[in-house]
Order: sequence, then C-alpha cells, then structure tokens
Amino acid sequence: MAKNTIIPFGPQHPVLPEPIQLRLVLDEERVVSAIPVVGYVHRGLEKLAEQKDFLQDTYLIERICGICSFIHSLTYSMGIESMMGLTPPPRAQYLRVIWSELHRMHSHLLATGLLADSFGFENLFMQLWRTREHIMDAMEATTGARVLLGTCCIGGVRKDVSEELLKSVLQTLVTVEKELDEHMPVLLNDYSVKQRLCGVGILDKQVAYERGAVGPTARASGIAMDLRTQGYAAYGELDVEPMVETDGDCYARTKVRVRELYQSLNIIRQAIGKIPSGSINVPFKTKPDGEVISRAEQPRGEVLYYLKGNGTDMLERLRVRTPTFANIPPVLAMLAGCELADVGVIVISIDPCISCTER
Amino acid sequence: MINNVENITVDNLLDKVASKMPLGFRFVTMTCVDCGEHFDILYHFDKNYELSNFRLSLKKGESLPSISGLIFAALVVENEIQDLFGVKVTGLVLDYEGRFLLTETAPERPLCRVPGVMMVEAGKPAEAAEVK
Repeated sequence: MAKNTIIPFGPQHPVLPEPIQLRLVLDEERVVSAIPVVGYVHRGLEKLAEQKDFLQDTYLIERICGICSFIHSLTYSMGIESMMGLTPPPRAQYLRVIWSELHRMHSHLLATGLLADSFGFENLFMQLWRTREHIMDAMEATTGARVLLGTCCIGGVRKDVSEELLKSVLQTLVTVEKELDEHMPVLLNDYSVKQRLCGVGILDKQVAYERGAVGPTARASGIAMDLRTQGYAAYGELDVEPMVETDGDCYARTKVRVRELYQSLNIIRQAIGKIPSGSINVPFKTKPDGEVISRAEQPRGEVLYYLKGNGTDMLERLRVRTPTFANIPPVLAMLAGCELADVGVIVISIDPCISCTER
Repeated sequence: MINNVENITVDNLLDKVASKMPLGFRFVTMTCVDCGEHFDILYHFDKNYELSNFRLSLKKGESLPSISGLIFAALVVENEIQDLFGVKVTGLVLDYEGRFLLTETAPERPLCRVPGVMMVEAGKPAEAAEVK
C-alpha cells in the first residue's frame, strides 16, 4: 500500500498572486485531498468597521479588495439605503452599473492573464494585461482613480460623468473589443492551452451546488445563477443573462469569463445608451437602524453583506461573505484526484482573492 | 427587515438544517452577532434568489453543534466564528481550534464583546491584557 505524503503548496508560490497555503495529501503524484491554511492577510476589517461610522465604512470596505472594490462599496451602500429607505436617482444607478462592469472586465482580464501565466503562456498573460490597462485608464478618466474609485456613496454616487467622457468610454470599449477578438481565440482554441485546461479540475453540478459554489465557478458547472438578473442598481432595465457552461472544468470556467467580458462590453454600451440625466445622489438625515442583508454579483460571484444598525452613526455588526470564501469548499473537491502539476492551474481557475476572503 | 427568518434552537438545529437541502436550498453562509448576553447565529440559505434564514440564540459559554457533517461548505464559516467570537463549535469535520484566520499572536475572540478580551493589545494573550 502506497504511503501518503503531505506537501505544502504556498503560501508563497509562483502561481499564487496572494498568500494561501494548501496542504496537499499526495499518493505519489496524485492529490488525495487538500487542507486550506489561511490567515496570512487577515486585517480585521469587520472589527474596524464597527469602530468607524457608517459613512466612513463606505470607503473602508472598498479596501477589502483591490479588484472588486467598487462592488463592495455598492453592495454595502445598497444595504444601508435599504435600511434608511433611500432610493438613489436613476442616473446614479446607471453609473453604478457602468463602474461595476468596468470592474468585472478588469477583474476577468486579470484572472485570465494570471491563468495564462500559471501554465507558462507569458506572452498571452502580457497581452491580456495590456488590454486591461485600457479599462484601468477608463476608470481613472471617469473617477480619478484606477483601483479604489471612492465614487459610491450612501444615496447614489459622488461623481458625475460628462457626456464627453462617456463617449470616450465607448471608444475605449471599441479598442478593448478589437483586442479581445485577437486574444480570445488563442486562449480558447490553442492546442497546448486546451491540453492544460480541458478535463482538469472538474466540478460536478451537484457538488458545486452542495458546496455552495458561486460566480463563474458555479456557472461553469451548469448552475444558472447571476444576481444581476435580479435587477439591482439599473440591471433591471438592461439585458443580462447568466453565462453558463456545463463541463465544470478549468476550460469551462475560463470560457465563462471570456463570455462575460463580451457581456460586460454589451451592458456598458446599453447603460451609456440609456443613462438618463439628472441628479446623482439623494440627501438624507436618518441613521441606519435594523438588520438587512444585501447581495450583489462580483466578478468572482455572489457577495453578501449582513448589516445591523442601531439608529446611531456606528453599526453594531458588519459581516461580509465574499465569493472566494464560498468557493474554498468547491476547490477542495476539484483538487481531490487531480495531478500535482495541475494544482496551480485549478486554484487559479477559480480566480481566488485571498484579501477578500480574509478581510 | 430580514424576511424569511425562523427561530430555531440548539436542539432542533441539525434537523432543521437537514430539512433544507432536499428542498433544493443552497447554503450561503452563517453570520454571528454578539448581542451582549447571547450570540445570534444566523444560517442563510438560498433558493431561486430568495434567502431563507434560521436564527439561533446561543447563550455565551454554550457550545454550538457543527452542521459541517451535513453541509461541508459550513466548515470554513464555523471555524471563522470559532476564531472571531470564541464560540466553541463541536463536531467540526476539520477543527482549526481557533487558528483558522487568526495567528498565534493575534488578539483572541476579537469580535466578542466581553470585557477583557475586546480591546487586547496585539501580541499579548487576551487574559493578560488590560481592559481599556
């Protein structure tokens, strides 16, 4: 009978953008099981949020993640607005959609680039990240910041975007689409890429559901779940459908992200075409009181905020369940039975965000 | 303002949770809230974008039965609650014993509002820290 060996994968590993350790139980080169070890970037942000007022928290929770920062503040703001009975103006709702989808695009380009890097395709990695720079530039042009936008606020958004700037965003999308048309056939059709992704890290639909998978990880296993279809912000006035694949492997997860990149292009174009004029936020004097749960679709999947207010400036509890946190149990199922050489690709295929996970 | 909340007890927790999964509910997460004398433990499930919740009131000092034997996905959040609130979760399929998110030098039970452990200085054991 073969003797199992336990080896550490991470926390510092060339394929990992952030620190997480997986203790891999191996039978020769095959993974029997994996045990996650986290805590390397835990910052106690939920605790800190209780010591800041609810307006400061809008900017604090943006710092949970450098990739989906805007959608964190959006989900939080939607929760507080729900508690206080506020409805942001339509223009603010459309701007929230535009910035959310720009975030989704830069996140998916980052993820697919890192995936290419994980199997040694560095040229593709650089091309995808070069395209991502156009999105970062568009965010800088419309908000003044590339990563932490700071534009979402309780009651709407802090900054308006001129018609001229919206036109420049549309022009950026033309450039991005042209470059995507060049890169994506390579990512999806190249023989060596398919060899590394197809049939690797399979997550069965039933297992994905039982283990609580979310986002592209769930959709690649055939689960048609996308909170944008529920119409928060201005999504209810735009065409949004879940991008679903059924193979459940690393290739399917990549394909879902590629399709969502094109979907985001389409959503931003719809939003810019329909955005109404008017104010961008509503004034308020009340304080959050009661309990609320707010959810939104981040690039990596569903994020959930539980908020409890007591009628003062300070929240009693702010709890965040991020998508990568939900995708840890599913990735353990993907790793069981895989080859050691595929572990890096499988982990990156869920687009893990450890800073989000640990907060 | 949270809809679909059913109050449950420690005694019927496992039966209630077990009844959810055959009905097609997805386990979303759990939330722990320090309410002073007790903790509110919320279990969130989703079906067709509708959240369904259980609320369990747990007296401080009582242990919480783990649902990770029924729902493996609960493993991570139960370990997190054990770390951050000091709630002893029994029957975990993988027990990190309070060191899931927190390092050995981190403040203990940082989200638990108990005098003496709430404002500990980093690097000192909770029991040795002064209450500020």
